[in-house]
Amino acid sequence: MTRDAPGPIFLERRTYRRRRMSDAARMLPLLGGALFMLPLLWGGGDAEPVRTSTVMFYLFPVWLGLAVIAVLISRHLRRVPEEEAGREGQ
Amino acid sequence: MATLNILVLVCLLYVAFLFVVAFGADRAARRGRGTWLRSPVVYTLSLSIYCTAWTFYGAVGSAARSGLEFLTIYLGPTLVMIGWWWTLRKMVRVGRSQRITSIADLISSRYGKSNLLAVLVTLLAVVGTTPYIALQLQSVTLSFATFAAHDAPGATLPTQQSTAFWVALGLTLFTILFGTRNLDANERHHGVVMAIAVEAVVKLAALLAVGVFVVWGLAGGIGETLDRIDASPIAAWDQSGSRWIGLTMLSAAAFLCLPRMFQVMVVENEDEDHLRTAAWAFPGYLMLMSLFVVPIAVMGLEILPSGSNPDMFVLTLPLQEGRDWLAILSFIGGFSSATSMVIVAAIAVSTMVSNHVVMPVWLWTTGGTAMMSGDVRHVALLARRLSIGGIVLLGYLYFQLSGGGTALAAIGLVSFAGVAQFLPALMGGLFWRGANRTGALAGLCVGAIVWLYCLFLPSFGPSVILPQSVFDHGPFGFDWLRPQALFGAVGMDPLVHAVMWSMMLNTVVFIVVSLVTFPRPVERLQGAQFVNVFQHSGTTPGWSGGLAQSEDLLIMSQRIMGSTQAQALFSSAARRQGLAGYLPEPTPEFLQELERELSGSVGAATAHAMISQIVGGATVSVEDLMAVADETAQIMEYSSRLEAKTQEQERTARQLREAYQKLTQLSVQKDAFLSQISHELRTPMTSIRAFSEILRDTEGLTPAEQGKYATIIHDEAIRLTRLLDDLLDLSVLENGQVVLNIHTGRLSDLLDRSVGAAGGPSDGFRIERQKSGEELWLTTDLDRLAQVFINLISNARKYCDAKAPVLSISAKREAVGLVIDFTDNGSGIPTDQQAVIFEKFSRIGHTKAGGAGLGLAICREIMARLNGEIVYLPGQSGASFRVILPPEAVSVPHTASA
Repeated sequence: MTRDAPGPIFLERRTYRRRRMSDAARMLPLLGGALFMLPLLWGGGDAEPVRTSTVMFYLFPVWLGLAVIAVLISRHLRRVPEEEAGREGQ
Repeated sequence: MATLNILVLVCLLYVAFLFVVAFGADRAARRGRGTWLRSPVVYTLSLSIYCTAWTFYGAVGSAARSGLEFLTIYLGPTLVMIGWWWTLRKMVRVGRSQRITSIADLISSRYGKSNLLAVLVTLLAVVGTTPYIALQLQSVTLSFATFAAHDAPGATLPTQQSTAFWVALGLTLFTILFGTRNLDANERHHGVVMAIAVEAVVKLAALLAVGVFVVWGLAGGIGETLDRIDASPIAAWDQSGSRWIGLTMLSAAAFLCLPRMFQVMVVENEDEDHLRTAAWAFPGYLMLMSLFVVPIAVMGLEILPSGSNPDMFVLTLPLQEGRDWLAILSFIGGFSSATSMVIVAAIAVSTMVSNHVVMPVWLWTTGGTAMMSGDVRHVALLARRLSIGGIVLLGYLYFQLSGGGTALAAIGLVSFAGVAQFLPALMGGLFWRGANRTGALAGLCVGAIVWLYCLFLPSFGPSVILPQSVFDHGPFGFDWLRPQALFGAVGMDPLVHAVMWSMMLNTVVFIVVSLVTFPRPVERLQGAQFVNVFQHSGTTPGWSGGLAQSEDLLIMSQRIMGSTQAQALFSSAARRQGLAGYLPEPTPEFLQELERELSGSVGAATAHAMISQIVGGATVSVEDLMAVADETAQIMEYSSRLEAKTQEQERTARQLREAYQKLTQLSVQKDAFLSQISHELRTPMTSIRAFSEILRDTEGLTPAEQGKYATIIHDEAIRLTRLLDDLLDLSVLENGQVVLNIHTGRLSDLLDRSVGAAGGPSDGFRIERQKSGEELWLTTDLDRLAQVFINLISNARKYCDAKAPVLSISAKREAVGLVIDFTDNGSGIPTDQQAVIFEKFSRIGHTKAGGAGLGLAICREIMARLNGEIVYLPGQSGASFRVILPPEAVSVPHTASA
């Protein structure tokens, strides 16, 4: 009796979360692309050009960060056969 | 010289180790053990064949020349991997649901299973892969030469060519051994994948070890290293934007399109869920691979004498510092990168060449029928092996002809740009239903031509293939056709220029031609299948076949897949349809399943062609049309249900008709048997009566006459008894009252006994046996089993109508138990009779060799009591019976028997 009520809400929330996570998974490469291109905009002065080491200090953490976000997102995207049928890929 | 010897020894040990790993993994996989082989970690590591020797050595060289630009080669794939939800997931799903064997197969299958398209993709793949293989051979020989020069300057060393030759030979052997075990290219190559995963770990460990040594051993810590970077020639970040963006996009495209990447990513994929892990783990791997590249480059520039090759810094830095073991580790790392690339690329490209070029040509020259004699399977395997050899040989020749100079180093990106031409057709095929075959062909051709003209041919340098005048003023003086300034785009970086024009023209032509031409129905169906793979995985254009074709299909499949596999497929399909034996109803579902299985072996286009030869054209069912026309989905769905129901009813009706026919046939047989049995009983009875009357009434019979008549009476009585015995035997067996005498004995002895009892080979009747398969011990009712064997052998003796009758008996152990086949070379049993031969009273036609038609019925009952089975095996050289004993009745040869 008491179990009936929260059941559907919980399921609803879970599929809702899953679908938002698949949205996030689609956005991630766009974010990554933008972040990887960002250093091209760093001009620096003629006297003081941007240093390679600075760019490294920017790119590698961004890279690691993207991988970590991918871990967090992909944990929600385990394949669920009955959900696949209708909703995805649309 | 000592170190060089150690290097060669370590190298050989390492190769031996890889052989053992691959062999062990293959073995474990075949025995169904080794779930760890199917783990996402192994999948992720196998993706690392992206990092070839070109990246292992070349990244440092590139960093020494142009700073951080080398990172773009890793950033592109990183973006593709973290964006797996867009493309990779779909590619893998399509690859699995359509049993795709290569990227050529995917593209051809999407565009209506067009073989022309497949040939084009294959050609481009070969042109793009050959220089890349040459590059790997070069890096191995160069690193070996570096080592040798450092270790023993001036000593006589093997030439570069001979090193390259031995490496190429070893790689070919390895690839043929582990890459072509099974014909089904869609099956996983566990051995190869495992070896590649090990190599992935080795090359990462090697690069990290050198990096750690350089940062903490040479530079003296992170802070020091950063200072040295700031003081080096590559301190300033003055990256050209167009190259940065262009190369990132190019490497992303190549990552999706390279034949070898497609092989590990899609074809070898075990479980779609592995992508989830690879999505973050592979970017992590790439990051680690590139972490120490800049420090190594900077230290190399600082410490090593000027003029030393920056491509070899990974190797020369430890050598210079006297760290021989580190240098050896680094060499092994580079060796791993090179070998794993060559192995996978050879497998991927050879699959394409044999499936899309060699097999179609062979089928065409042998008359173009799927029913040809000879073993297709053997031909296909041979084709694949020869292709592997051919591709590695091409790479070796390219290396020899180009002289292994610096021109080769630039070829990596040229290759990338070549295979990237697949991208518009690939992405269009996955995401755009309107993309069609003509568009894909046109786009691919234009892209390939622009790539050849603007990048590939100029890559050999001016005046080698294209004369200098063409570079300066264009062909025939057409200024706007200069290969590095097409349509007046002057002053661009040549690579970015070529990539931009080829990709842009390719895409535009592909889209425009697709828009203005019409696709064929098959293309539209396949298009819907691919684009909406997540909505309806599964249905492809259906077949509809008649009944008599099943046996033809079985014969063809046996030749392609091997008899065991084909029989297993057919019998499981028959069981699912509720039928016994090996011939399922050729329903659309079964034909589609069969086509996919075959396409795993010979590619989609060939498999489609072969089945359509037997079954006739593919029919487009309403269900398929529904997938094409979503807008009218509702009406269509209704009518499709009706259609499906009609088909189902038709099928049920057919089955009912069959059952009815069988019943009528049985009833006729029963009548025939009754008259037969009365006749059989009456004939001896009559003669017994007649001769006993003679004995009783005639006076003065000589003892000889008396003896003769008594013998006749005796013989006839024996005949009667035998008939009654058979009937009794059958009823006892059927009622389950039989008591089994379980003994243990050797199969070969049992067969010897049975052959002897059945009269043995004589008057032209030959029996062929394979003694090696018979060294097994059986624990069962041996007498009853012998009865079955005797019956089968004497049947063959009686009924085989060949001029020189031969019965071959072969035994082998399979998953279902012990399988013993009795196959003769006669005309076999007609398809319509196969269903009733095991019934009581059944006799085929009118046999001169009179029997009551009880033998096979008794055999069937006996086998059922022994928990085994006896079935008729269709599609063999003649009549063939298969006796199956359960696994628990069979044991391995006793030691005592030896």
